[in-house]
Amino acid sequence: MYRYDEFDREFVRQRVAQFRDQVGRRLSGELTEEEFKPLRLMNGVYLQLHAYMLRIAIPYGTLNSRQMRKLAHIARTYDRGTGHFTTRQNLQFNWPKLSDIPDILKELAEVEMHAIQTSGNCIRNVTADHFAGATAEEVADPRPYAEIIRQWSSLHPEFSFLPRKFKVAVTAASRDRAAIRVHDIGLQLKHLANGGLGFAVYVGGGQGRTPVIAKLIRDELPEADLLSYLEAVLRIYNLFGRRDNKFKARIKILVHELGATAFSVQVEEEWQRIRDSALKLPEDEIRRIRAYFAPPAFEHRPSKAWLGPSERGFERWVARNTHPHKQSGYAIVTVSLKPVGGVPGDASAEQMEAIADLARRYSFDEVRVSHEQNLVLPHVRVEDLRSVYCELQAAGLAEANVGLVTDIIACPGLDYCALANARSIPIAQRISARLAARQDAIGDLKIKISGCINACGHHHVGHIGILGVEKRGEEHYQLLLGGSGAEDAALATITGPGFGPDGIVDAVAKVVDTYLSLRTSANETFLAAFGRLGPAPFKEVLYGGT
Amino acid sequence: MAAHDLSAVRLEVEGGGRYPGPLPAGCDAHGLACQRILPPIAADGRDGGAAPADGTRAGDAVPAPATSSAGAGGARDWVATIWQDGAFRRDTWVRAKEGEPLPDTPVILSKRRWLAERAAFTGHTAPLGLHLDAGERLDDLAADLARFSLIALAFPKFSDGRAFSSARLLRDKYAYAGELRAVGNVLSDLIPFMRRVGFESFEVTHGPTRRALIEGRISEVTLHYQPAGSPEARCAARRPWLARSGS
Repeated sequence: MYRYDEFDREFVRQRVAQFRDQVGRRLSGELTEEEFKPLRLMNGVYLQLHAYMLRIAIPYGTLNSRQMRKLAHIARTYDRGTGHFTTRQNLQFNWPKLSDIPDILKELAEVEMHAIQTSGNCIRNVTADHFAGATAEEVADPRPYAEIIRQWSSLHPEFSFLPRKFKVAVTAASRDRAAIRVHDIGLQLKHLANGGLGFAVYVGGGQGRTPVIAKLIRDELPEADLLSYLEAVLRIYNLFGRRDNKFKARIKILVHELGATAFSVQVEEEWQRIRDSALKLPEDEIRRIRAYFAPPAFEHRPSKAWLGPSERGFERWVARNTHPHKQSGYAIVTVSLKPVGGVPGDASAEQMEAIADLARRYSFDEVRVSHEQNLVLPHVRVEDLRSVYCELQAAGLAEANVGLVTDIIACPGLDYCALANARSIPIAQRISARLAARQDAIGDLKIKISGCINACGHHHVGHIGILGVEKRGEEHYQLLLGGSGAEDAALATITGPGFGPDGIVDAVAKVVDTYLSLRTSANETFLAAFGRLGPAPFKEVLYGGT
Repeated sequence: MAAHDLSAVRLEVEGGGRYPGPLPAGCDAHGLACQRILPPIAADGRDGGAAPADGTRAGDAVPAPATSSAGAGGARDWVATIWQDGAFRRDTWVRAKEGEPLPDTPVILSKRRWLAERAAFTGHTAPLGLHLDAGERLDDLAADLARFSLIALAFPKFSDGRAFSSARLLRDKYAYAGELRAVGNVLSDLIPFMRRVGFESFEVTHGPTRRALIEGRISEVTLHYQPAGSPEARCAARRPWLARSGS
């Protein structure tokens, strides 16, 4: 993985000092909260319902054990012993004291981490496929490009005050685990017709109150032109994106209002002007960054190994929580942060340390954070799976539910978030408890829950999505069906009138029952069945015949 | 830097933290003259900050006055609002008044007036400046830009970053070589970014920002990962764009 050099270290050190100065000015009263707000936001500090919240960047979701241990230490020392992994591969602490935050940032800097641009109207943490560098499905590891973008976008003087936040995701696999088509820019690494590497560029996707699937505006962008093209897109957006209405300020609205073709013509014109400028990516630089992501020293192992005596719990876990590795004899392990009835994405300090330890001993010191709020041990020898499973069990982390109905994405909701209209976590917990016994029979089914229209819980792309709203002072939940954030990206549609907190749990159970009774076989997933059947049979059980 | 008596400087910010807009003629500028008590401080912390002898630029750094006596005429003269080359300087430019003929001194026009009357300004010999609101396009001005000694780009509020891109276009695309000035909501945390995209002078009316500039207390990150249009010292041979600026 990427390692800081002297420059990177000094950059982050200066940034911490700058923020310490800003916090000092706030605490002394020199800065009002209004003046402080844009400054703290650029360092990932939010003022939430009960406390400040600090969001830490985990660039493209890659961590080593030392970094994970530091997060555990921060959770224990400065928070209440828990961290929350988010849908953008970040980590949030919900209870830090403002006066402690400069010290937290200093501790993070010691392990080459920061909170730069995890909020604010700037280019946010760049995300990537959480199986990058481990899956056989990719043309090359996408993370070197994500790192190049991370560096280029860090405190970019032109693009730190955009009309609105700006999110970039990169994948190199045919299966899209990075949800690139619901990002402001989605990059698909590919082989170009001329044989070189480059990108298909998708622009203007997003969720929030106006969900849009991104448009392909350039099918073949040579890798050397990556930054000049991004600069052209960002410049057109910065100049012409709407600033009159916060809810229409994302690039998706500009692309929609201009039309994808007219937008891409403007980008193209600007890009042709600057493509041979200073931003041309030197081959040497790509090679230099790529070297940091060189594959670990895999051993030659048999592809099949005896995994110990047959035991149903372990076999379920292997079937659900491991994925094929590009290297024979290795597996990708997903560590579920979705215990049945638990809080999605939360990990205690002890659990973080347990995972750090497993990563060090069994996964070449690497951990990944997935946008589905789980953790990944990307390089585990097949013969070690049993040991890993047993140790995860001891840490309460062996839930065998990846991709199942209890592997729910949920935003922090009204339990924490100042923007939320309704709670998300208790709904996730109740649905999880309700359906857990049947989850293996139900099969692949992604439920995603947001506590407000900003859609941090990705409800628009849930196979089943739930949106919390406020209705006459009560929490109320809309039900959406048929979305996907993967390569078959689609937006879910609302079934009809919403439900109360009890009703929504019943409604999800009814939808699941209907699917089970109507699917052609256990091989027909919920999404496939919904595609075949349409919403009608589900609406019928929910609302009666119309 | 020397431990100057800053109480007078604070006077200036306590009255609302912001200069009133254009002062009425004859206003005694009480409390606004106070920054004259401090000699201009160069960005590197040295006292002095001698003004460049360049007639088209903002006026000389304001000299340290004897007193801040009330009742002095010509309030405008007392208010050095332009931060440039490490010191506050009097603004030698004035905005053109709507419907009035241009003065024989450096004058800043709106884009609208320039486009409407440019033929009439052909023989005008005093320096011309151009004011652009955020979002005003440049493409219909391309052929005229060399006519302006100064272009002032407006930052209407903290979060409106359009002028950063306009500045880059002016420097990179249109090769504008005159003075680029940031006006409007020019705040201490924005100034380092503004410098990097090519701004050279800053109209600063925000009290805390003025104080931070005078005291050399702008906290900034001086290392940069990306080219941004202005010349900067490269600082890592093996990495393509790393640069260092400022102190």
